[in-house]
Amino acid sequence: MRNLLRFIIRYNFFFLFLLLETLAILLTVSNQYYHQTFFLHSANRISSGIYQTYNRIGSYFQLRTIHDHLLEENVKLISQRKENYIITDQDFFIAEDTLFQRRFSYMHASVINNSVNRRNNYLTLNKGRMHGIKPDMGVITATGVVGIVKQVSERFSVVMSLLHSDMMVSTKISHNNHIGSLIWEGRDYRKTHMMYIPPHVELMTGDTIVTSGFSTIFPENIFIGTINNWEIRRGENYYTAIIDLALDFNNLTHVYVVKNLLKEEQENLEEFALPDI
Amino acid sequence: MPVVYIRYFLLSAILILAQILVLNNIWLSGYFNPQLYVMAILILPLFLPGWVLLASAFFLGLIIDMFTDSLAIHAAATVFMAFCRPAVIRLVLGKTYDNETEIPSFAAFGGLSLVIYVVLMVFLHHTVLFFMEIFRLNEFGQTLGRIILNSALTSLFVIILFALLERNFRK
Repeated sequence: MRNLLRFIIRYNFFFLFLLLETLAILLTVSNQYYHQTFFLHSANRISSGIYQTYNRIGSYFQLRTIHDHLLEENVKLISQRKENYIITDQDFFIAEDTLFQRRFSYMHASVINNSVNRRNNYLTLNKGRMHGIKPDMGVITATGVVGIVKQVSERFSVVMSLLHSDMMVSTKISHNNHIGSLIWEGRDYRKTHMMYIPPHVELMTGDTIVTSGFSTIFPENIFIGTINNWEIRRGENYYTAIIDLALDFNNLTHVYVVKNLLKEEQENLEEFALPDI
Repeated sequence: MPVVYIRYFLLSAILILAQILVLNNIWLSGYFNPQLYVMAILILPLFLPGWVLLASAFFLGLIIDMFTDSLAIHAAATVFMAFCRPAVIRLVLGKTYDNETEIPSFAAFGGLSLVIYVVLMVFLHHTVLFFMEIFRLNEFGQTLGRIILNSALTSLFVIILFALLERNFRK
Protein backbone atom coordinates (compact mmCIF):
# COMPACT_ATOMS: atom_id res chain seq x y z
CA MET A 1 0.00 0.00 0.00
CA ARG A 2 2.77 2.42 0.91
CA ASN A 3 4.61 1.50 -2.21
CA LEU A 4 1.53 2.17 -4.26
CA LEU A 5 1.09 5.57 -2.61
CA ARG A 6 4.72 6.40 -3.18
CA PHE A 7 4.32 5.35 -6.81
CA ILE A 8 1.30 7.61 -7.26
CA ILE A 9 3.02 10.55 -5.55
CA ARG A 10 6.15 10.04 -7.62
CA TYR A 11 4.22 10.13 -10.86
CA ASN A 12 1.55 12.58 -9.64
CA PHE A 13 1.87 14.64 -12.83
CA PHE A 14 0.82 11.69 -14.95
CA PHE A 15 -1.97 10.55 -12.64
CA LEU A 16 -3.41 14.03 -12.29
CA PHE A 17 -3.35 14.33 -16.07
CA LEU A 18 -5.23 11.02 -16.40
CA LEU A 19 -7.78 12.14 -13.81
CA LEU A 20 -8.49 15.55 -15.37
CA GLU A 21 -8.53 14.26 -18.96
CA THR A 22 -10.94 11.47 -18.02
CA LEU A 23 -13.14 14.00 -16.24
CA ALA A 24 -13.20 16.26 -19.30
CA ILE A 25 -14.02 13.39 -21.65
CA LEU A 26 -16.73 12.09 -19.31
CA LEU A 27 -18.32 15.54 -19.14
CA THR A 28 -18.29 15.73 -22.92
CA VAL A 29 -19.62 12.24 -23.62
CA SER A 30 -22.28 12.08 -20.91
CA ASN A 31 -23.72 15.49 -21.71
CA GLN A 32 -24.09 14.83 -25.40
CA TYR A 33 -27.14 12.74 -24.69
CA TYR A 34 -28.80 14.39 -21.72
CA HIS A 35 -30.46 17.69 -21.08
CA GLN A 36 -29.20 18.04 -17.53
CA THR A 37 -25.86 19.77 -17.94
CA PHE A 38 -25.12 21.14 -14.53
CA PHE A 39 -23.22 24.28 -15.38
CA LEU A 40 -21.39 23.78 -18.66
CA HIS A 41 -23.58 25.87 -20.88
CA SER A 42 -23.93 29.52 -21.73
CA ALA A 43 -27.34 29.73 -20.03
CA ASN A 44 -25.71 29.81 -16.60
CA ARG A 45 -25.69 33.00 -14.59
CA ILE A 46 -22.14 34.29 -15.11
CA SER A 47 -21.71 33.64 -18.79
CA SER A 48 -25.20 34.69 -19.82
CA GLY A 49 -24.78 37.91 -17.81
CA ILE A 50 -21.59 38.77 -19.65
CA TYR A 51 -23.11 37.88 -23.00
CA GLN A 52 -26.21 39.96 -22.33
CA THR A 53 -24.19 43.07 -21.47
CA TYR A 54 -22.11 42.56 -24.58
CA ASN A 55 -25.21 42.03 -26.66
CA ARG A 56 -26.83 45.20 -25.31
CA ILE A 57 -23.86 47.19 -26.64
CA GLY A 58 -23.48 45.24 -29.87
CA SER A 59 -27.16 45.39 -30.83
CA TYR A 60 -26.98 49.16 -31.39
CA PHE A 61 -24.82 48.60 -34.42
CA GLN A 62 -27.43 46.39 -36.05
CA LEU A 63 -30.45 48.62 -35.48
CA ARG A 64 -30.62 49.76 -39.09
CA THR A 65 -30.71 46.25 -40.55
CA ILE A 66 -33.24 45.11 -37.99
CA HIS A 67 -35.35 48.13 -38.80
CA ASP A 68 -35.29 47.24 -42.49
CA HIS A 69 -36.26 43.63 -41.76
CA LEU A 70 -39.14 44.77 -39.58
CA LEU A 71 -40.39 47.11 -42.29
CA GLU A 72 -40.35 44.27 -44.81
CA GLU A 73 -42.23 42.02 -42.43
CA ASN A 74 -44.76 44.76 -41.69
CA VAL A 75 -45.45 45.26 -45.37
CA LYS A 76 -46.04 41.53 -45.68
CA LEU A 77 -48.42 41.52 -42.72
CA ILE A 78 -50.30 44.65 -43.76
CA SER A 79 -50.90 43.17 -47.20
CA GLN A 80 -52.65 40.24 -45.52
CA ARG A 81 -55.15 42.42 -43.67
CA LYS A 82 -58.84 41.91 -44.16
CA GLU A 83 -59.34 45.43 -45.51
CA ASN A 84 -57.26 44.57 -48.54
CA TYR A 85 -59.76 42.00 -49.71
CA ILE A 86 -63.29 42.37 -51.05
CA ILE A 87 -65.85 39.66 -50.60
CA THR A 88 -66.81 38.19 -53.96
CA ASP A 89 -69.29 35.73 -52.49
CA GLN A 90 -72.67 37.51 -52.23
CA ASP A 91 -74.45 34.70 -50.37
CA PHE A 92 -74.90 34.59 -46.63
CA PHE A 93 -72.30 32.64 -44.81
CA ILE A 94 -71.58 31.75 -41.21
CA ALA A 95 -68.19 32.07 -39.60
CA GLU A 96 -67.96 28.94 -37.50
CA ASP A 97 -65.29 29.54 -34.88
CA THR A 98 -65.04 26.01 -33.62
CA LEU A 99 -63.91 24.88 -37.05
CA PHE A 100 -60.51 26.31 -36.32
CA GLN A 101 -58.42 25.34 -33.38
CA ARG A 102 -55.09 26.97 -32.82
CA ARG A 103 -52.22 24.50 -33.10
CA PHE A 104 -49.10 26.66 -32.92
CA SER A 105 -48.43 29.81 -30.96
CA TYR A 106 -45.32 31.95 -31.18
CA MET A 107 -43.13 33.97 -28.86
CA HIS A 108 -40.50 36.52 -29.70
CA ALA A 109 -36.92 36.21 -28.34
CA SER A 110 -33.60 37.79 -29.18
CA VAL A 111 -30.34 35.98 -29.77
CA ILE A 112 -27.62 36.89 -27.26
CA ASN A 113 -24.99 34.38 -28.39
CA ASN A 114 -24.52 32.62 -31.70
CA SER A 115 -21.91 30.74 -33.70
CA VAL A 116 -21.71 29.42 -37.26
CA ASN A 117 -18.10 28.34 -37.70
CA ARG A 118 -17.97 25.27 -35.45
CA ARG A 119 -18.98 21.78 -36.43
CA ASN A 120 -21.72 21.84 -33.79
CA ASN A 121 -23.29 25.24 -33.33
CA TYR A 122 -25.58 26.57 -30.60
CA LEU A 123 -27.47 29.80 -29.94
CA THR A 124 -28.46 31.38 -26.63
CA LEU A 125 -31.80 33.19 -26.34
CA ASN A 126 -32.80 35.76 -23.74
CA LYS A 127 -35.99 33.92 -22.72
CA GLY A 128 -36.27 30.86 -20.53
CA ARG A 129 -38.44 28.73 -18.30
CA MET A 130 -39.92 31.85 -16.72
CA HIS A 131 -41.35 32.85 -20.10
CA GLY A 132 -42.73 29.40 -20.84
CA ILE A 133 -39.96 27.98 -23.00
CA LYS A 134 -39.39 24.24 -22.70
CA PRO A 135 -36.86 21.85 -24.27
CA ASP A 136 -37.76 20.52 -27.74
CA MET A 137 -39.65 23.60 -28.88
CA GLY A 138 -38.88 24.80 -32.40
CA VAL A 139 -37.17 28.11 -33.21
CA ILE A 140 -37.82 29.90 -36.51
CA THR A 141 -37.54 33.35 -38.09
CA ALA A 142 -39.48 35.05 -40.86
CA THR A 143 -37.07 33.53 -43.39
CA GLY A 144 -36.48 30.02 -42.13
CA VAL A 145 -35.89 27.34 -39.52
CA VAL A 146 -33.28 28.14 -36.85
CA GLY A 147 -33.16 25.12 -34.54
CA ILE A 148 -34.59 23.30 -31.54
CA VAL A 149 -34.46 24.40 -27.89
CA LYS A 150 -32.12 22.09 -26.04
CA GLN A 151 -31.75 23.44 -22.50
CA VAL A 152 -33.55 26.10 -20.51
CA SER A 153 -32.63 27.96 -17.37
CA GLU A 154 -34.82 30.44 -15.50
CA ARG A 155 -34.26 33.34 -17.92
CA PHE A 156 -32.24 31.91 -20.81
CA SER A 157 -32.33 29.01 -23.21
CA VAL A 158 -29.80 27.25 -25.41
CA VAL A 159 -30.87 26.28 -28.93
CA MET A 160 -29.28 23.53 -30.99
CA SER A 161 -28.80 25.24 -34.34
CA LEU A 162 -29.66 23.78 -37.75
CA LEU A 163 -25.87 23.82 -38.15
CA HIS A 164 -25.29 20.86 -35.79
CA SER A 165 -24.27 17.31 -36.58
CA ASP A 166 -27.11 15.79 -34.51
CA MET A 167 -29.80 17.95 -36.10
CA MET A 168 -32.19 16.38 -38.58
CA VAL A 169 -35.26 18.19 -39.89
CA SER A 170 -38.01 16.55 -41.91
CA THR A 171 -38.49 18.58 -45.09
CA LYS A 172 -40.32 18.36 -48.37
CA ILE A 173 -40.03 19.74 -51.87
CA SER A 174 -42.78 22.31 -52.04
CA HIS A 175 -44.31 21.61 -55.45
CA ASN A 176 -44.52 17.81 -55.37
CA ASN A 177 -44.53 17.08 -51.60
CA HIS A 178 -41.72 14.51 -51.70
CA ILE A 179 -40.03 14.31 -48.30
CA GLY A 180 -36.38 14.09 -47.27
CA SER A 181 -34.15 14.80 -44.28
CA LEU A 182 -32.15 17.98 -43.86
CA ILE A 183 -28.65 17.33 -42.50
CA TRP A 184 -25.76 19.80 -42.20
CA GLU A 185 -22.38 18.32 -43.16
CA GLY A 186 -20.20 21.17 -41.99
CA ARG A 187 -17.97 23.58 -43.92
CA ASP A 188 -20.33 26.23 -45.29
CA TYR A 189 -23.04 27.77 -43.11
CA ARG A 190 -24.96 28.99 -46.17
CA LYS A 191 -25.45 25.45 -47.52
CA THR A 192 -26.98 22.25 -46.20
CA HIS A 193 -27.94 18.84 -47.58
CA MET A 194 -31.31 17.21 -48.14
CA MET A 195 -30.93 13.45 -48.06
CA TYR A 196 -32.98 10.39 -49.01
CA ILE A 197 -34.92 11.80 -51.96
CA PRO A 198 -36.00 8.80 -54.10
CA PRO A 199 -34.33 8.80 -57.54
CA HIS A 200 -37.57 8.87 -59.52
CA VAL A 201 -38.33 12.38 -58.27
CA GLU A 202 -37.55 15.07 -60.82
CA LEU A 203 -35.49 17.82 -59.25
CA MET A 204 -34.97 21.32 -60.62
CA THR A 205 -32.48 23.97 -59.65
CA GLY A 206 -34.37 26.53 -57.62
CA ASP A 207 -37.03 24.13 -56.26
CA THR A 208 -38.34 25.40 -52.94
CA ILE A 209 -37.68 23.34 -49.80
CA VAL A 210 -40.07 23.74 -46.85
CA THR A 211 -40.68 21.89 -43.56
CA SER A 212 -42.90 18.83 -43.88
CA GLY A 213 -44.84 19.33 -40.66
CA PHE A 214 -44.46 15.65 -39.78
CA SER A 215 -42.62 16.31 -36.56
CA THR A 216 -44.35 17.89 -33.60
CA ILE A 217 -41.75 20.66 -33.51
CA PHE A 218 -42.18 22.82 -36.62
CA PRO A 219 -45.37 23.85 -38.41
CA GLU A 220 -45.78 22.89 -42.04
CA ASN A 221 -44.51 24.97 -44.98
CA ILE A 222 -41.82 27.02 -43.29
CA PHE A 223 -39.43 28.10 -46.00
CA ILE A 224 -35.90 26.70 -45.68
CA GLY A 225 -34.11 27.28 -48.98
CA THR A 226 -33.79 26.35 -52.62
CA ILE A 227 -32.11 23.44 -54.41
CA ASN A 228 -28.71 24.34 -55.83
CA ASN A 229 -27.44 20.99 -57.10
CA TRP A 230 -27.93 17.24 -56.56
CA GLU A 231 -26.17 13.92 -56.97
CA ILE A 232 -26.45 10.20 -56.23
CA ARG A 233 -23.53 9.40 -53.94
CA ARG A 234 -21.47 6.29 -54.43
CA GLY A 235 -23.11 3.32 -52.70
CA GLU A 236 -26.45 5.07 -52.16
CA ASN A 237 -29.77 4.74 -53.90
CA TYR A 238 -31.03 8.19 -53.11
CA TYR A 239 -30.51 11.71 -54.33
CA THR A 240 -28.64 14.06 -52.04
CA ALA A 241 -29.52 17.66 -52.86
CA ILE A 242 -27.43 20.67 -51.91
CA ILE A 243 -29.68 23.39 -50.51
CA ASP A 244 -28.94 27.12 -50.40
CA LEU A 245 -30.24 28.25 -47.02
CA ALA A 246 -32.48 31.30 -47.20
CA LEU A 247 -31.64 32.28 -43.63
CA ASP A 248 -28.24 33.84 -42.98
CA PHE A 249 -27.26 32.41 -39.59
CA ASN A 250 -24.45 34.90 -39.32
CA ASN A 251 -26.58 37.98 -38.63
CA LEU A 252 -29.37 36.34 -36.65
CA THR A 253 -30.79 38.73 -34.04
CA HIS A 254 -34.48 38.08 -33.49
CA VAL A 255 -36.25 34.72 -33.58
CA TYR A 256 -39.65 33.22 -32.81
CA VAL A 257 -40.07 30.25 -30.51
CA VAL A 258 -42.82 27.88 -31.63
CA LYS A 259 -45.08 26.22 -29.14
CA ASN A 260 -47.11 23.26 -30.33
CA LEU A 261 -50.33 23.25 -28.31
CA LEU A 262 -51.35 19.78 -29.47
CA LYS A 263 -47.94 18.19 -29.08
CA GLU A 264 -48.79 15.99 -26.10
CA GLU A 265 -51.91 14.64 -27.68
CA GLN A 266 -50.08 13.68 -30.88
CA GLU A 267 -47.14 12.16 -29.04
CA ASN A 268 -49.31 10.18 -26.67
CA LEU A 269 -51.28 8.75 -29.54
CA GLU A 270 -48.16 7.88 -31.50
CA GLU A 271 -46.55 6.29 -28.50
CA PHE A 272 -49.66 4.23 -27.89
CA ALA A 273 -50.08 3.20 -31.52
CA LEU A 274 -46.41 2.61 -32.32
CA PRO A 275 -45.00 1.05 -29.14
CA ASP A 276 -41.82 -0.22 -30.80
CA ILE A 277 -40.44 3.16 -31.76
CA MET B 1 6.62 37.52 -6.21
CA PRO B 2 2.86 38.11 -5.69
CA VAL B 3 3.03 40.94 -8.26
CA VAL B 4 3.89 38.37 -10.90
CA TYR B 5 0.90 36.23 -9.95
CA ILE B 6 -1.46 39.21 -10.17
CA ARG B 7 0.00 39.92 -13.59
CA TYR B 8 -0.69 36.31 -14.66
CA PHE B 9 -4.20 36.49 -13.32
CA LEU B 10 -4.91 39.73 -15.18
CA LEU B 11 -3.41 38.39 -18.38
CA SER B 12 -5.59 35.25 -18.16
CA ALA B 13 -8.74 37.31 -17.52
CA ILE B 14 -8.00 39.60 -20.47
CA LEU B 15 -7.26 36.60 -22.72
CA ILE B 16 -10.51 34.87 -21.75
CA LEU B 17 -12.59 38.00 -22.36
CA ALA B 18 -10.81 38.68 -25.66
CA GLN B 19 -11.42 35.07 -26.71
CA ILE B 20 -15.14 34.91 -25.96
CA LEU B 21 -16.17 38.45 -26.88
CA VAL B 22 -13.90 39.25 -29.82
CA LEU B 23 -12.00 36.30 -31.27
CA ASN B 24 -14.93 33.87 -31.23
CA ASN B 25 -16.74 36.30 -33.54
CA ILE B 26 -13.83 36.37 -35.97
CA TRP B 27 -13.46 33.76 -38.63
CA LEU B 28 -11.45 34.31 -41.74
CA SER B 29 -12.92 32.68 -44.86
CA GLY B 30 -15.33 30.36 -43.12
CA TYR B 31 -13.67 28.39 -40.39
CA PHE B 32 -10.51 29.92 -39.04
CA ASN B 33 -11.04 30.72 -35.40
CA PRO B 34 -7.85 31.71 -33.52
CA GLN B 35 -7.72 30.20 -30.02
CA LEU B 36 -5.51 32.87 -28.50
CA TYR B 37 -6.42 31.92 -24.92
CA VAL B 38 -3.88 29.03 -24.95
CA MET B 39 -1.32 31.80 -24.46
CA ALA B 40 -2.27 31.82 -20.76
CA ILE B 41 -0.79 28.31 -20.42
CA LEU B 42 2.14 28.81 -22.79
CA ILE B 43 3.54 31.75 -20.84
CA LEU B 44 3.43 30.12 -17.36
CA PRO B 45 6.88 29.90 -15.71
CA LEU B 46 8.87 26.68 -16.09
CA PHE B 47 9.48 26.19 -12.35
CA LEU B 48 5.73 25.87 -11.67
CA PRO B 49 4.81 22.53 -10.03
CA GLY B 50 3.13 20.06 -12.37
CA TRP B 51 -0.18 19.91 -10.55
CA VAL B 52 -0.59 23.71 -10.68
CA LEU B 53 0.03 23.63 -14.41
CA LEU B 54 -2.55 20.88 -15.00
CA ALA B 55 -5.16 22.39 -12.68
CA SER B 56 -4.90 25.86 -14.19
CA ALA B 57 -5.12 24.36 -17.68
CA PHE B 58 -8.25 22.43 -16.69
CA PHE B 59 -10.03 25.45 -15.24
CA LEU B 60 -9.01 27.70 -18.11
CA GLY B 61 -10.47 25.21 -20.59
CA LEU B 62 -13.62 24.78 -18.52
CA ILE B 63 -14.24 28.54 -18.42
CA ILE B 64 -13.93 28.77 -22.20
CA ASP B 65 -16.28 25.77 -22.51
CA MET B 66 -18.83 27.47 -20.30
CA PHE B 67 -19.02 30.37 -22.72
CA THR B 68 -19.00 28.45 -25.99
CA ASP B 69 -21.44 25.62 -25.15
CA SER B 70 -18.83 23.09 -26.10
CA LEU B 71 -19.29 20.66 -23.16
CA ALA B 72 -15.71 20.05 -21.97
CA ILE B 73 -13.71 19.80 -25.17
CA HIS B 74 -11.56 22.87 -24.51
CA ALA B 75 -10.76 21.52 -21.04
CA ALA B 76 -9.65 18.19 -22.53
CA ALA B 77 -7.48 19.99 -25.09
CA THR B 78 -5.78 22.36 -22.64
CA VAL B 79 -5.12 19.58 -20.10
CA PHE B 80 -3.52 17.47 -22.82
CA MET B 81 -1.43 20.43 -23.94
CA ALA B 82 -0.29 21.14 -20.37
CA PHE B 83 0.61 17.47 -19.91
CA CYS B 84 2.82 17.58 -23.00
CA ARG B 85 4.52 20.85 -22.03
CA PRO B 86 7.50 19.46 -20.03
CA ALA B 87 8.31 17.03 -22.85
CA VAL B 88 8.02 19.75 -25.51
CA ILE B 89 10.29 22.08 -23.51
CA ARG B 90 12.86 19.31 -23.06
CA LEU B 91 12.69 18.71 -26.82
CA VAL B 92 13.06 22.37 -27.72
CA LEU B 93 15.70 23.44 -25.21
CA GLY B 94 17.73 20.23 -25.15
CA LYS B 95 18.07 17.87 -22.19
CA THR B 96 19.83 20.29 -19.89
CA TYR B 97 17.98 23.54 -19.54
CA ASP B 98 18.92 25.74 -16.63
CA ASN B 99 16.40 27.38 -14.37
CA GLU B 100 17.38 30.86 -15.49
CA THR B 101 15.05 30.54 -18.44
CA GLU B 102 12.13 30.57 -16.09
CA ILE B 103 9.45 32.31 -18.15
CA PRO B 104 9.01 31.45 -21.82
CA SER B 105 9.98 34.50 -23.91
CA PHE B 106 12.08 35.41 -26.93
CA ALA B 107 14.94 36.48 -24.70
CA ALA B 108 14.95 33.32 -22.59
CA PHE B 109 14.34 30.73 -25.32
CA GLY B 110 15.81 32.32 -28.41
CA GLY B 111 13.64 33.14 -31.41
CA LEU B 112 13.59 29.82 -33.23
CA SER B 113 13.10 27.70 -30.11
CA LEU B 114 10.16 29.81 -28.98
CA VAL B 115 8.47 29.54 -32.38
CA ILE B 116 8.90 25.73 -32.41
CA TYR B 117 7.61 25.54 -28.81
CA VAL B 118 4.50 27.58 -29.67
CA VAL B 119 3.73 25.76 -32.93
CA LEU B 120 4.11 22.30 -31.36
CA MET B 121 1.97 23.14 -28.32
CA VAL B 122 -0.77 24.81 -30.37
CA PHE B 123 -0.83 21.86 -32.78
CA LEU B 124 -1.25 19.38 -29.88
CA HIS B 125 -4.04 21.51 -28.44
CA HIS B 126 -5.89 21.86 -31.74
CA THR B 127 -5.58 18.16 -32.56
CA VAL B 128 -7.43 17.18 -29.38
CA LEU B 129 -9.86 20.10 -29.71
CA PHE B 130 -11.06 19.40 -33.23
CA PHE B 131 -11.25 15.63 -32.88
CA MET B 132 -13.20 16.00 -29.64
CA GLU B 133 -15.48 18.48 -31.38
CA ILE B 134 -16.63 16.16 -34.15
CA PHE B 135 -16.13 13.03 -32.05
CA ARG B 136 -15.79 10.72 -35.01
CA LEU B 137 -13.14 9.83 -37.55
CA ASN B 138 -15.06 9.74 -40.81
CA GLU B 139 -14.38 13.37 -41.70
CA PHE B 140 -10.68 12.81 -41.11
CA GLY B 141 -9.25 14.76 -44.06
CA GLN B 142 -11.41 17.81 -43.46
CA THR B 143 -10.63 17.82 -39.74
CA LEU B 144 -6.90 17.51 -40.37
CA GLY B 145 -7.11 20.49 -42.70
CA ARG B 146 -8.91 22.52 -40.04
CA ILE B 147 -6.30 21.54 -37.45
CA ILE B 148 -3.32 22.55 -39.59
CA LEU B 149 -4.76 25.85 -40.84
CA ASN B 150 -6.12 26.88 -37.45
CA SER B 151 -2.85 25.92 -35.73
CA ALA B 152 -0.94 28.16 -38.12
CA LEU B 153 -3.27 31.07 -37.44
CA THR B 154 -3.33 30.64 -33.66
CA SER B 155 0.48 30.24 -33.56
CA LEU B 156 0.86 33.49 -35.48
CA PHE B 157 -1.38 35.33 -33.01
CA VAL B 158 0.41 33.80 -30.00
CA ILE B 159 3.89 34.64 -31.33
CA ILE B 160 2.84 38.25 -31.99
CA LEU B 161 1.51 38.43 -28.43
CA PHE B 162 4.76 36.98 -27.07
CA ALA B 163 6.64 39.74 -28.91
CA LEU B 164 4.32 42.40 -27.48
CA LEU B 165 4.61 41.08 -23.91
CA GLU B 166 8.36 40.62 -24.16
CA ARG B 167 9.25 43.44 -21.81
CA ASN B 168 6.50 43.00 -19.21
CA PHE B 169 7.16 39.41 -18.29
CA ARG B 170 10.93 39.51 -18.28
CA LYS B 171 12.46 39.22 -14.85
